[in-house]
Amino acid sequence: MTQWSGYLGLILQGALVTIELTLMGSVLALVMAFLAGMGRVSRFFIVRAIATTYIEFFRGTSIFVQLFWAYFVLPFAGLSLTPLQAGVLALGLNVGAYAAEVVRGAILSVGREQYEACTALNLGRWQGMRHVILPQALLVMLPTFGNNAIELLKATSVVSLISLADLTFQAQVVRSQTGSTLMPFVSVLVIYFGLALIISWGIRSLERRMARGLDGVRV
Amino acid sequence: MEWDWNFVREIMPTLIQGVKITILATVLGSVLAAIVGLGIALARRSENRIVARSVGWFAEFIRGTPLLVQLYFIFYVLPDIGILLPPLVAGVIGLGLHYGTYTAEVYRAGIENVPRGQWEAAKACNLSGYNTWTHIILPQAIPPMIPALANYFIAMFKETPLLSAITVLELMNQAKSVANTYYRYIEPMTLVGAFFLVISLCSVVLLRWLEHRYGRIER
Repeated sequence: MTQWSGYLGLILQGALVTIELTLMGSVLALVMAFLAGMGRVSRFFIVRAIATTYIEFFRGTSIFVQLFWAYFVLPFAGLSLTPLQAGVLALGLNVGAYAAEVVRGAILSVGREQYEACTALNLGRWQGMRHVILPQALLVMLPTFGNNAIELLKATSVVSLISLADLTFQAQVVRSQTGSTLMPFVSVLVIYFGLALIISWGIRSLERRMARGLDGVRV
Repeated sequence: MEWDWNFVREIMPTLIQGVKITILATVLGSVLAAIVGLGIALARRSENRIVARSVGWFAEFIRGTPLLVQLYFIFYVLPDIGILLPPLVAGVIGLGLHYGTYTAEVYRAGIENVPRGQWEAAKACNLSGYNTWTHIILPQAIPPMIPALANYFIAMFKETPLLSAITVLELMNQAKSVANTYYRYIEPMTLVGAFFLVISLCSVVLLRWLEHRYGRIER
C-alpha cells in the first residue's frame, strides 16, 4: 500500500495528459465543426462538396485508423508529428466531423421566419448568421456538443496505443510494474467517469446560462 | 515512399484473414449488445427501485468510460479472479456490454413510444406481465428501433480495431503486424482505412433503406 501512492502520482500525471488532449482536441473539433457545418449549408456547390467529403471521410473510418494513419503514414509524406500532435489532430478532426452534422442540424432547425426577418431587416448573409441565426442555433447544439465532448474524452484513451502517456497508458505501466490489475484499471475508470461527469455538468450549467432571458422567446 | 501495388497484392490474404475476424466480432458483439441492451432497458423499468437504480448507474458508468479501458479490464483483471477468456471472447463481451448500454437507450425510447392505450388494453384482456411484453409491447416497440439499433452496430464495427490492443488478430492487428514486418506503413494502414470507409459508405445506404422500411428515427 505504501508504494501505491507513487503509482497514484503516475496515474494523475496521465490524467493531466488526458485532460490536455481533451481540451485541445475539443478546440480543434469546435473549429472544424463550425467550418464544415456551415460549409454544408453554403450557397456554393464546391464548398458543400468539400465539407461533405470531410464529414463522410472522418465519420466513415474509425478514430483508431485515423490516428495510426496520422502517426505512421504522414511521416512518409514528409510530415512528422509528435504523438501529442497526431492525437490532437486525429481526435479533433474525427469528433469535428460528428459535431459538424450537429451544427448543420441546428442551423437548419432555426425557423424560416428568422431568415425572412433577416432579409426584411436588410442584413447581409454573414450578418444574419452572426447576429440572428447562430445565437439561436448555439443553444440547440449545446447538449449534443456535450455528448460529443464526452465521446472525445473516451476516444483519448486510444492515443495510449501510439505511446502517448495518458491515463490508459499509465494504467498499463502500473499493471506491468506491479502486476496488480484491479487497482490501476478501476482507478482509471473512475477518473474517466469523473471527467465525463464534469463535462456534462459544465455543459448543463452553460446551457442554463445561455437560456437565461430566452423564456417565452423560444418554444 | 511510393505506393507499391505488388506489396498490396502480397499482404491482401493476411488482411482478409483480419477482415473475417473483424466481421465475426462485429456480428457477435451486435447480438450481445442487442440482448444486453434489452436486459438493461427492462431492468431500469423494474418495480424494484434498488435494481432499477443500480442498473441505471452501472449503465451510466459504462457509457462514461472508454471502451479500451473496459477491454483491458476484462482481459487483464478477470483472469486474476479465475475467469480466463480467449481474446476474441473478451473483446466480444467488451463490445457487447459497452454498446448494450447505448442500445438500452434505444429500447427505452422505443418502449416509451408504445401508446398507453396498448398497456391498458393488455390489462383489460387480462394478459400476464410476460404475455403483455412478448405479444403486445415488444412487437410494436422493436420495428421503429431498428434503424437506430443498426446505427449503433455500425458504430461498433468502427470500434473493432480497439480489439487489436487485447491481441485479437483482427484487421488492424494484421495490418500492424505486416507493417512492422516490412516496415511499410502506407499500404496496410491506407487499406484498412479504405476498407472501413467502403463498408461504412455501404452501411449508409443500408441505413437509408432501413429508415425507409421501418419509419424515421427521431434524433
